[in-house]
Amino acid sequence: MIAFILRRLMVAVPVLLLLVVVTFVLMYAAPGSPFATERGVPPFVLANLEREYGLDRPFAVQIWTYVSRIVTQFDFGPSFVYRDQDVNDLIRQGFPVTLTYGFWAFLLAVLVGGTLGIVAAIRHNSWLDYLAVGISVGAQVLPNFVLAPILVLVFTLWLGWLPGGGWRGGQAEYIVLPVIALGTSYMASIARIARASMLEVLSSNFIRTARAKGLPGWRIVLHHALKPALLPIVSYLGPAFVGMITGSVVIDIAFSTGGIGQFFVASALNRDYGVMMGITVLFGALTIFFNLLVDVAYAWIDPKIRY
Amino acid sequence: MKRLTLLASVATLAAATLAAATAATAPAALAAEVAPGDTLAEDQTFSYSILDQFPTLDPQLNEEVQGSHVISQLFEGLTRQDGDGNVIPAGATQWTSEDNTVWTFTLRDDAKWSNGDPVTAADYVYAWRRAADPATASPYSWYVELSSIAGAAEVISGAAAPDTLGVEAVDDHTLKVTLTQPLPFFPAVVTYATFMPTHEATVEAFGPDWTKPGNIVSNGAYTLEELAVNEFFRLAKNPQYWDAENVQITEITGYIINDRNQSVTRWEAGEFTMMDDLPAGTYPDLLAQYPDETFSTPRLCSYFYAINVTESGNPALQDVNVRRALSYMLDRNVIVDQVLKGGQLPAYNFAHVQTAGFEPPEIDYASWSQQERMEKARELMAQAGYGPDNPLELDLIYNTSDDHKALATVAAQMWKPLGVNITLSNYEWQSYIDIRGEQNFDLARSGWCGDYNEASTFLDLLTTTHGSNDGKYSNAEVDALMKASRTMENPNEAYTEVEQIVADEMAIIPVYHYTQNFLLDDDIRGWPMNNVENNWYIQDIYRVVTE
Amino acid sequence: MAPLTSGGATLADTRALADVPRGRSLWSDARRRFWRNKAAVAGLVVLTAIALFALLGPLAAPWSYEEIDWAVLGNVSEAGRPSLATGHWFGTDSLGRDLFARTVQGTQISLMVGIVGALIAVVVGTLYGAVAGYFGGRVDGAMMRTVDVLMSIPYMFVLILLLVVFGRSILMLFIGIGLISWLEMARIARGQTLALKGREFVEAAVATGVHPFRIILRHIVPNLLGVIIVYATLLVPSMIIYESFISFLGLGVQEPLTSWGALINVGAAEMRNGTIWQLLFPLGFFVMGLFAFFFIGDGLRDALDPKDR
Repeated sequence: MIAFILRRLMVAVPVLLLLVVVTFVLMYAAPGSPFATERGVPPFVLANLEREYGLDRPFAVQIWTYVSRIVTQFDFGPSFVYRDQDVNDLIRQGFPVTLTYGFWAFLLAVLVGGTLGIVAAIRHNSWLDYLAVGISVGAQVLPNFVLAPILVLVFTLWLGWLPGGGWRGGQAEYIVLPVIALGTSYMASIARIARASMLEVLSSNFIRTARAKGLPGWRIVLHHALKPALLPIVSYLGPAFVGMITGSVVIDIAFSTGGIGQFFVASALNRDYGVMMGITVLFGALTIFFNLLVDVAYAWIDPKIRY
Repeated sequence: MKRLTLLASVATLAAATLAAATAATAPAALAAEVAPGDTLAEDQTFSYSILDQFPTLDPQLNEEVQGSHVISQLFEGLTRQDGDGNVIPAGATQWTSEDNTVWTFTLRDDAKWSNGDPVTAADYVYAWRRAADPATASPYSWYVELSSIAGAAEVISGAAAPDTLGVEAVDDHTLKVTLTQPLPFFPAVVTYATFMPTHEATVEAFGPDWTKPGNIVSNGAYTLEELAVNEFFRLAKNPQYWDAENVQITEITGYIINDRNQSVTRWEAGEFTMMDDLPAGTYPDLLAQYPDETFSTPRLCSYFYAINVTESGNPALQDVNVRRALSYMLDRNVIVDQVLKGGQLPAYNFAHVQTAGFEPPEIDYASWSQQERMEKARELMAQAGYGPDNPLELDLIYNTSDDHKALATVAAQMWKPLGVNITLSNYEWQSYIDIRGEQNFDLARSGWCGDYNEASTFLDLLTTTHGSNDGKYSNAEVDALMKASRTMENPNEAYTEVEQIVADEMAIIPVYHYTQNFLLDDDIRGWPMNNVENNWYIQDIYRVVTE
Repeated sequence: MAPLTSGGATLADTRALADVPRGRSLWSDARRRFWRNKAAVAGLVVLTAIALFALLGPLAAPWSYEEIDWAVLGNVSEAGRPSLATGHWFGTDSLGRDLFARTVQGTQISLMVGIVGALIAVVVGTLYGAVAGYFGGRVDGAMMRTVDVLMSIPYMFVLILLLVVFGRSILMLFIGIGLISWLEMARIARGQTLALKGREFVEAAVATGVHPFRIILRHIVPNLLGVIIVYATLLVPSMIIYESFISFLGLGVQEPLTSWGALINVGAAEMRNGTIWQLLFPLGFFVMGLFAFFFIGDGLRDALDPKDR
């Protein structure tokens, strides 16, 4: 197992390098300069700016400088748009925010969605099943960019219970709405996955055997069915992480949380090469990490899987 | 999406109101002057929302309007504006000039930095050199050149050392500036952030991090306490400020809210005091709901469609009849009264009609009924050889914004009966200015805000060599008139003439003149309602007790 | 457990040989079970209705999707209400355009995006994942690392760059969605294949020297079907949501074209301006469409899953 993890980590390095190069090329192919303004920047001012950011140097040199700076100093360089900030500052501010509400949202989704899915599967085709399915589909039906303004309307404007946005270092009342808005979309997916896989497991031979042996229903579920039924949820961890970044865009825009998602999209639209590269590399590294985690978890849950 | 245009399309610069610009001025009222009968409220905090995160709080690097609002609270330049847009003393108590070319500013001797250091003429010299220095790589360094300071062009291009810039500290409290040409409104030019002083020791000690909370040293009425990018920032009253005892508002909080509808909801929930830039069409309903808290004030900006008359545009656009037909067909009253609904003015000429001293010409089609315009448009279009049988295909580009999208959609439908088929193309801001700058369009949504309150700030745009003349309109007479206007006794006559030519040739399709639409709590007093450039200083306002 | 196809065939053969006059294949069996599932049939009816709405709606609508009703513009919250008299059955949007016609148009785009995206994902993703999982070892490593690389390129950047470099169009949207939609499917198919690989029937097939690709197509893929269908039904609406997310970023289809997501997005933004129908009608179609896909997928799962017999 340790050899397997090491091997995967070693593969991750060239993968990341490739990612850097591909993103770099794509970025340079795109029209639009980060320094262009409506009033037209005079050529010598543009030259000053390009020199400042090293854009006047050959392409290969730029990549080399960029990569070596990350490797040796863990420095992602300056932001091209936010002149007071460098990319490390922005990631240091935004990433913990996204991670915090992403974590709670995922937890909420696993607890609520997983329970819904498993209950629905156990009481297959009963009213409980229909209710659980209805709730989970209902949650998926409302995209979070619809849910977010509704939440603000209800909890901020009408009830006045919670602030309509902000983060303020992650105080509890600021976390609630983002977690609900983000968590519901996960919840639906997890409920569906849990239900489908639980049904699959319950109809498999070893459960039938267990039933035939006369074991009580709850023991079958807890001791035999739960673990294999959870397997696909684990595989959802990777997509959930990607979903967190994507969802974070909506959450950050709707609730002004200052998370990474907002930086991510803004940088692409504003041609903020520095931030764009930094978040891509970070995101890429973490995705690889989460995928590895999923595989390890798979192996841990189901020792039959061969590597 | 609207909300991601980081560099706002406009930059407000200094006003050229000449009222207070010459010779020594009596110190005008500064800071909040509590009107008799007003009882100050217990809570003196102010908060507002902005659409996008500003890129920087460094006065010399700033180039857009949201950042400059915050910088105006943190820093104080030689002069600033009052509620009506007049130039008033700030860091300088008085100023004199020789032939409007050599300017001498006398600084107040009680001004201090937030760390207690005195503000001296050397701080201004340092800041101005820094703005021009290529090593700073300021995107706004061209403004130093625009202000005609001697040696600016050479310093910016790297041909001369920064210390050759024509600004000099005669003593601690006297600043001498040499210009390359007479500029009677120079004291108005220096209200802008680029010319605010910076604290040398702080900048040198922290480098790019110097504007971060904890590092920053400023000389304005407020200091920066907290800042989270894309979330919020908080300023507190600066006890070292020379006029601190007259500053009433103790704390300013700004929220970055990328969705304006969301922003309205949160203002309604009482989360902040002010929000401007209301979503199109919401003004009347908000006014009905909050009659004392919804405002519409003039704003020196013009909205228009640029017409590409170069080879890359549709050749039909080189025909003046086609351009006229398009302009006639556009029902501006519908756009203003039924789409925007915020008190904007229908535009038939370019410069905002409320620009100081400006006299718009009598433009024929402005006085016609829309029926007449449409008939004329059909006629002209038929003459040009186009109509429903032979449709004209045009590409209209706009940058992401709900308002631009709405206007472009409406305009396309208005032009349709003429046999004009519009393809709408939406681009993000950075791509958009690229595409527009390279003339890859037929019609382009454009907006222009006055740098100062004088019509040339608009009309210069239509001269052949102007960097933002993206339709590439060119008329020798316009160029000559605009050049001549600089030394004219009464340039406004020339401006009227230019507008007439532009209207006859339909160089652009004017759409509307802006208003500033905003929500403001009704317990705020002293808000500058008549500042057409939308410059505000929180030190001038205060909260009162209302029943 | 017997592999699906051979088992079904054997069963059918046996019955054909016995007293049943007409042979019943696995698929007709499944069809029968599907028709017995009320929810699934209801879903199919709803989906058919929505598809007909999208196809025939333009013929019924008195307004086109881009026309502005000038009488309504400027007073949408009053004059733009849903009404039979004005011909705006669903009301109008904030620019006075007929919401019925726009919903029809949006339905066309959304269904197209959802179905195309899901098809690409199912075909490419399943085969890719099954091949990787079945062969394992280096092949698996290389193939799945490729997926890792593709997945770790933030697809939003790719899409934004595509839409910026080549301009915004429906085709670019399809290419962009097609590029990424199969990746998760591949991972899921691979994960399931890993579990299936150890099963007796696969080992039996390997032992009897069946060609690997035949094993994948005949034995692995059919057994993935349940999971694939459940995932594909999840995928169609999630593609539709994904498209709306792109619209939310302002990178979706160009005006005056629209989509469910774009309409919902605008409706949600205008929610507080007294024009709630702008949210409710598109959202209603979205909800119905989503439930329909869900119930159909569920019905298919029950119908096709041999283990429920």
